[in-house]
Amino acid sequence: MGADIDTDLVIAGRYLRTKDHSIWVAHVFEDLDPSLAGRLNGAVIVAGKNFGCGSSREQAAIAIREAGAIAVVAPSFARIFFRNAINVGLPLIECDLAGNEGSMVTFDLNEGWVEVEGTRYPVRPLSAKMQEILAAGGLVNFWRTHG
Amino acid sequence: MSTLSERILKGAAGEYVDRKVNRAYVHDGTGVLTLEAWKSMGARRIQDASHLHIFFDHIVPANNSTTAALQHELRDFACGSFLRFSDIGGGICHQVMSEGVVLPNEIVVGADSHTCTLGAFGAFATGVGATDMAAIWMTGETWFRVPESIGIRLSGTLTGAAEAKDLALTYVSRLGMDGASYQALEFIGEGAGAIPMDDRLTLCNLAVETGAKAGMFYADDVTVEYLAAAGHTVQVQEPEDCTYIREIDFDLTAIVPVIAVPPRVDTIKPVSELTGLPLDQVFVGTCTNGRYSDLARFARIVKGRKVAVRTIVVPASRAVLEKAIRTGVLADLVEAGCSIGTPGCGPCLGAHMGVLGEGEVCLSTANRNFKNRMGVGGEIYLSSVATAAASALEGEITEPEVS
Repeated sequence: MGADIDTDLVIAGRYLRTKDHSIWVAHVFEDLDPSLAGRLNGAVIVAGKNFGCGSSREQAAIAIREAGAIAVVAPSFARIFFRNAINVGLPLIECDLAGNEGSMVTFDLNEGWVEVEGTRYPVRPLSAKMQEILAAGGLVNFWRTHG
Repeated sequence: MSTLSERILKGAAGEYVDRKVNRAYVHDGTGVLTLEAWKSMGARRIQDASHLHIFFDHIVPANNSTTAALQHELRDFACGSFLRFSDIGGGICHQVMSEGVVLPNEIVVGADSHTCTLGAFGAFATGVGATDMAAIWMTGETWFRVPESIGIRLSGTLTGAAEAKDLALTYVSRLGMDGASYQALEFIGEGAGAIPMDDRLTLCNLAVETGAKAGMFYADDVTVEYLAAAGHTVQVQEPEDCTYIREIDFDLTAIVPVIAVPPRVDTIKPVSELTGLPLDQVFVGTCTNGRYSDLARFARIVKGRKVAVRTIVVPASRAVLEKAIRTGVLADLVEAGCSIGTPGCGPCLGAHMGVLGEGEVCLSTANRNFKNRMGVGGEIYLSSVATAAASALEGEITEPEVS
């Protein structure tokens, strides 16, 4: 995916008024490429800079996670989306992997690296608080155990 | 010496801090998920309901029974838990919070990206998602990374038909859609002091379109006077000699009317390059440009004439609507052929009212022109109120006249 993918493109405003997460999964990335929705299970999404800009809608992060995506890799993320993704347990990897579409990606965010086609790239580690939240599987689980 | 963000968050740029928030709010769009997350956390408690607000502004009144049922649940919760509740017709969350609620030096968190609007008061105001907000309901605090700041240094005053919105779109274009990611914008310089509060709100509102975490003005005489009218006594914030990671200068006398062309807020053209582009709809309102001064300016231009294209005007709040009724602005708008909506976000996000059809073109005073945002296949051009008014009268993009 290109740069500046806004959260309207991830999940359009017309699908937000529901608690039924399957609706978001069915329509994720519809306005970018309607064929993507069924192909995200087990995938690592590779995108350009500033992924997740725009609206604070957390449904965007939930839709990607529940569609089965393992992680999103981009050179940078918009800050609200970054918090939202970690809070719902979706790993984000700050790295430019453009041009590696179709390759196998492995990563370890605790150690701070991502590997593709035999090359290992360093990744800026998450803050201690965010690592804790992600390790718990998201902020809801974090507070279930810490609340 | 500290930036305003460092001073309010009490930490150095780059540092992670846990801070109690002074005010936190959600709307009908994000509140449902917040409530769901709060329940899932096993939380049976609200830390302090007195500083928590729920606004119904995104789909008001409800457009169908699914929305109505979701709003019903959230309304019951708000009333039963003693959160401060603003039902349909009260207005847009950011606008109501700007009407004498948010004060300088406060930390304000909203479950909406345009929460940055409230930095206009010298508050640290930023958007979060629903799950972050649920934790704030439970604990009264959240974590922040203290941002680096960019100084937006303003000199001179706006001239001709240029408005604060033109300056806002111009600085977004200069910085780009991620030019201030994770950072805060501080509007400084002698030009900043002369800008009225409504215009400060417009300028801070667009900060998130550069990726910024906050957009801020220092509280000064304008702030003190504005809040005094709402019954608050506040002190000015004297800027310190601080370090900005970047400074950008804008000579306000050089700002001209511009339009952001779809689908990017940072892609602008002078209005003069787009004149004659046919329009299907003009939309005036939102947290960017739905204040009383905006409606009054629009009315002054269209008064006594008829709009040539369907024109939707949505006051940003009940207070705005009431003032427009008292002063006759509303009558001028209706007589000119405008449709008036319930105070709220209206058509901006394409979920309700003013939705565009395939191939339709809208000139809007809002803040986002992303693909399909107002309806599948519709295109959104963003402009000032004066440009929207001149264009509504002609049914095509038209340069505003100098008033």
